[in-house]
Amino acid sequence: MANAKEMKALVFGPVFANNPIALQVLGICSALAVTTKLEKALVMGVALTLVTAFSSMFISMIRNHIPSSVRIIVQMTIIASLVIVVDQILKAYAYNVAKELSVFVGLIITNCIVMGRAEAYAMKSPPLMSFLDGIGNGLGYTVLLVIVAVIRELFGSGTLFGVEILPLISAGGWYQPMGLLLMPPSAFFIIGLLIWVLRTFRPEQQEKH
Amino acid sequence: MSNNNESIGKTFGVVIGLCLVCAIIVATAAVQLRPKQVENKLVDAQKNILVATGLLTGDDVKTLFSKHVQERLVDLDTGEFVDQDPAKYDYRKAMKDVALSDALAAADDKASIKRRAKVAPVYFAYNDGIESGKLSAIVLPVHGYGLWSTMHAFLALDVDGTTIKGVNFYEHAETPGLGGEVQNPKWVAQFVGKKITDDAGNPAIKVLKPGNAAPDSVTDVDGLSGATLTSNGVQYTFEFWTGAKGFAPFLAKVRQGALNNG
Repeated sequence: MANAKEMKALVFGPVFANNPIALQVLGICSALAVTTKLEKALVMGVALTLVTAFSSMFISMIRNHIPSSVRIIVQMTIIASLVIVVDQILKAYAYNVAKELSVFVGLIITNCIVMGRAEAYAMKSPPLMSFLDGIGNGLGYTVLLVIVAVIRELFGSGTLFGVEILPLISAGGWYQPMGLLLMPPSAFFIIGLLIWVLRTFRPEQQEKH
Repeated sequence: MSNNNESIGKTFGVVIGLCLVCAIIVATAAVQLRPKQVENKLVDAQKNILVATGLLTGDDVKTLFSKHVQERLVDLDTGEFVDQDPAKYDYRKAMKDVALSDALAAADDKASIKRRAKVAPVYFAYNDGIESGKLSAIVLPVHGYGLWSTMHAFLALDVDGTTIKGVNFYEHAETPGLGGEVQNPKWVAQFVGKKITDDAGNPAIKVLKPGNAAPDSVTDVDGLSGATLTSNGVQYTFEFWTGAKGFAPFLAKVRQGALNNG
């Protein structure tokens, strides 16, 4: 059984040291789409974390029985089932957010982070460690999404969680919102800049040529 | 171990077993959560009607709806009210039900919806509450095909049956950021004050290329840039539902004062 230090590394490692978005550049697509509002980003992050954690755990539990010829299909079936369950729960208890996230909850199925962890880690590791690995990678995804969403919502619409922080000129305030931040390309720039910042402070992440 | 795993029997066994377990989990979740989801949908529909009429405030949607909005069913061909409990009528289901809807001839089917229900709900909004008896808006459910999807909207008309009070595209799957802007409140605000029909009672709303709508026109609105087909879909939706196969017979009665009698 692994010790506490190893577990901690699994959960917090992917947040900055091995961030799935910033270092592995996985799951970018949804990061562009759902970060216009902080609430959306947070719900998406939690949904992805749960799916990654539980799918890794279940896959790990039956890893010794999965025939390698159909292992991708088996992984996809487990991931897809969990995503549908999460989607149903969101529709029942967080209807408005579910409506805004629309297809992106369903698209967690194709998110490279979930597949990547299942294939790279869960197939070789025991259930508890796989579960923690899923939580960690989900956490890394969530943290990056939240940072991007804070920047985009605060400077794009002047709000956070829909609460007004910077009063807009159109509503009688002083802040002229940056419309570009509400467009998907802005998330590219922000993620790019974040990767730059991260690699400046952690030079070991820089790619050598 | 690994040899054993690769046998055909084991492969089928694992796949079938896994599919069964997953199917049971998914089915249980779907069935258990259904009532809650249906309730959410209903509240959401009520909210969309309130948005179209501008009645939505911070209060509880259900309370607001029951206080201000009355639902009735209308026979689309005759424009007469139908004596039937609206709460028990499923409009979405009726649209597809062969017995409850008519197939549309290609020439009539401007909005590309193929079938049209014989009976449609209409909503009467009373700003001062239903018991005041003072009607403030008539809300019609409309839908039509855009680029990718059927777009559903509520169209709120003034009591004269021609002037638009509000439009709310609440359900669609158009391209986010382009055609998806149909639901943008800023875009649909253009429709407010426009006339859905000309003096002869023919559909009049025109969705033009962006920037071509004259500011003083009572029928023209700017389309969405980068979303010509969605904009066309919006125009065809208006054309169909304000035309003879849509709500025209009912609206003709409204204009003659059918609502004054209650």
